[in-house]
Amino acid sequence: MQKNEVKKPNESMLSRMVRHQMFIPVLALVILAVFNLIADPAFFKITVGQNSSGNMVLQGFLISILNDGSELAILAIGMTLVTAASGGQDISVGAAVAIAGSVLLRILGGGNSRPEELAAPIIVAFLVSCLVAMLFGAFNGVLVAYFKIQPMIATLILYTAGRSIAAWINNNELPVITDPSLGYYGGFIPGVPIPTPFFIAAICVAIIFLVLKFTNLGLYTQSVGINENSAKLNGLNPQVIKVITYVIMGLCVAVVGLIKVSRISTINYSTIAKDIEMDAILAVALGGNALSGGKFNMAASIFGAYVIQFLTSTLYKFKVSSDALPAYKAVVVIVLVVISAPTVKEWFGNVTKKFKVKEVA
Amino acid sequence: MKDNIVLQMKNIHKSFPGVRALQGVDFTLRKGEVHALMGENGAGKSTLIKVLTGVYSKDEGDIFLDGKEGPVAIHSPQDAQKIGISTVYQEITLCPNLSVAENMFIGRTSGIGQNWRKMNSDTEKILKSLDIPATATQQLETCSLAVQQMIAIARAVDMDCKVLILDEPTSSLDEQEVEKLFKLMRDLRSKGVGIVFVTHFLDQVYEICDRITVMRDGQLVGEFEIEKLPRVQLVSKMLGKELDDMSDIKGEQKAYERKAGSVPVLEAQGRVSDAGIKPFDFHIDKGEVNGFTGLLGSGRSECVRALFAADRVTGGTIKMNGKPVKISKPLDAMKNGIAYLPEDRKGDGIVGDLSVRENIILAQQVLKGFFKPFSKAKQYEIADEYIKLLSIKTASADTPIKSLSGGNQQKVILARWLFTHPEYLILDEPTRGIDVGTKVDIQKLVLKLASEGMSVTFISSELDEMLRTCSRLVVMRDRKVVGELSGDDLNQSKVMSTIAGGDK
Repeated sequence: MQKNEVKKPNESMLSRMVRHQMFIPVLALVILAVFNLIADPAFFKITVGQNSSGNMVLQGFLISILNDGSELAILAIGMTLVTAASGGQDISVGAAVAIAGSVLLRILGGGNSRPEELAAPIIVAFLVSCLVAMLFGAFNGVLVAYFKIQPMIATLILYTAGRSIAAWINNNELPVITDPSLGYYGGFIPGVPIPTPFFIAAICVAIIFLVLKFTNLGLYTQSVGINENSAKLNGLNPQVIKVITYVIMGLCVAVVGLIKVSRISTINYSTIAKDIEMDAILAVALGGNALSGGKFNMAASIFGAYVIQFLTSTLYKFKVSSDALPAYKAVVVIVLVVISAPTVKEWFGNVTKKFKVKEVA
Repeated sequence: MKDNIVLQMKNIHKSFPGVRALQGVDFTLRKGEVHALMGENGAGKSTLIKVLTGVYSKDEGDIFLDGKEGPVAIHSPQDAQKIGISTVYQEITLCPNLSVAENMFIGRTSGIGQNWRKMNSDTEKILKSLDIPATATQQLETCSLAVQQMIAIARAVDMDCKVLILDEPTSSLDEQEVEKLFKLMRDLRSKGVGIVFVTHFLDQVYEICDRITVMRDGQLVGEFEIEKLPRVQLVSKMLGKELDDMSDIKGEQKAYERKAGSVPVLEAQGRVSDAGIKPFDFHIDKGEVNGFTGLLGSGRSECVRALFAADRVTGGTIKMNGKPVKISKPLDAMKNGIAYLPEDRKGDGIVGDLSVRENIILAQQVLKGFFKPFSKAKQYEIADEYIKLLSIKTASADTPIKSLSGGNQQKVILARWLFTHPEYLILDEPTRGIDVGTKVDIQKLVLKLASEGMSVTFISSELDEMLRTCSRLVVMRDRKVVGELSGDDLNQSKVMSTIAGGDK
């Protein structure tokens, strides 16, 4: 093995740590954890209890963070790629989850809103919902890549129309699936005490890391995001690559749609995955990735997703109403944006340098 | 401070992560002189200027200015402007989507409110007095690059400066425009303005400068009066060794002879793109070095871009080694063994935030395919090989390319294309804005590659360089091919007269 990184002798450990991309999300997690530890150590308690379907499962705030954060982590994968390649974000994610969930229910119910039994195997329904979500992703992608519409504006269309489309797919009815096997995906598999969404997220994360390792997805999306002209002259097709990232986003959306629908065995078109896109974008930002696109760190985004969920759970723990949540999260956004601003980074760099000089003296 | 000194920089230090860019540099500028600042890539010229203009903060050292007690503190470009230091950078730093007048006055008005009519009429006056072909209300991006550069200079000049810094102002100007600029510089000199002139054109230095300060590797080599420093001496001081490479390269190319019955590597007929050139025919043989020449805007870049399908191709046929091929996008060209180093290094060449390593492997990686990435170990091996081969100055293979100096960035892009092992290499202004040493390196490399059987098309705005390197020149005027010169015709006066339009 060659020495890949030239370590600069005059750089202190502290400043190297501070410059690492994981620094901010880890710091945020530590602050949250310490805060909870002081306020109420019961936050970290994990108990074994019986859930509504009679399984012995793990319970506690940490488990619910793992559970809900997994949805966010899956969406953060797609959002990271979309951000990197197109320099913008997909705000239609929540609405698209509604569509994917609605398609899933439509296939499972076979047009019947109170089916006695499943009209199709869950895997078939899931694959169809994947296909539909990827098509909507491609729609967003084409608007962004070929019509050069700013991503937020392009995805505003589906953001606005998505939930109506979802309701229309089921003729405005709310199919209820009674088959218990659907409940496994958002709940627990009998005999397994850990929530299934965590395993689904783990599979998704494993897949994306394998894809990043064994294909050039990372290199291509970053090249396109950093310098589209140059990418083109190196034989890449920036349009196709951008569309691909939106299609991958669609795939992530379909997976979350399955989890969401499985949790309640039905759907609520106006509240399912509401505002989830903002959390997913926040996860990308918390991971230290530039929202203007280009270089990205996938692990940091995924880790960021769980930290966001940690924050949400902490706020719920302190009885913050769900209406007031966004205001608290806005504070986090402000802090994030300020500390990741180049001027602040430079200032911090100078401070650590001075610190180091004093140490030597 | 002595009376005639307008600016003095003493013992300036500046470091970046992994690089000591300036190490105790002194610089003195007198009233009414044009002072050349010279050095190779990475010598620290640009850094010194950015320290002087407040873009970077210095780590150590003092700056003294005529009329000010003690060292002056410059924390931002605005500070520099206020105390009379104006700059025109190598890359145009104006706002392309604002009007010419807005660009002239941006950041210079005090208070709120703006008299638009007065601003426009003032701008018209300035443009007229400097003979710049633009109008005040015209959007800046509709002007040619050269005109934009002149507007940037006009803006700096208009700000009543004591110190005017010109960082490579002439690299995108043609000869007449350079003459106009020099006239302006002489006027300013006679008014007592101190001008710092950074350039790579030796001819221009000897035409206009009074003194030269030479830097190398972040250190001061010395300050010299122009009469006392012959060119050979200057070059050797810049390179840090006695050598006569400039003359070495002469006479290496042979007269272009078409071997009977040989099939050209590439043959284009009626090739045309949507970039506004007339259809042209072109061919190149194995191991040949030829070039496109013409004035700025004559369409020489557009021609090679059409060959590579960098612009949208609208017609014509291409044969590679006698076989008709379809080249409608860059990837087609790459698959047929064509490589293209673009003219606009920053806009079309580098992928700024990616590392040197990723920038080197990019093109070959795309050719290899989406599902076949090079392993990390292999990537480092390749990067290290080319860093060594082209002596690229970088802290490591993982350094982002944007933090390298211009010449080293260019070498990385060159490495990228050499790694694709092309049959036909197109180099569009590979030596623009880079130092003498690297220029000679690149010229030598081109001739070496050709001797190994590669066909190369070489474009440069320096005719000397073209004559030294190419064995055949395609001459362009007004976006069409007007002639082809080789053998005995390949001399400066013949090329000039062909460009100018013969006897007319």
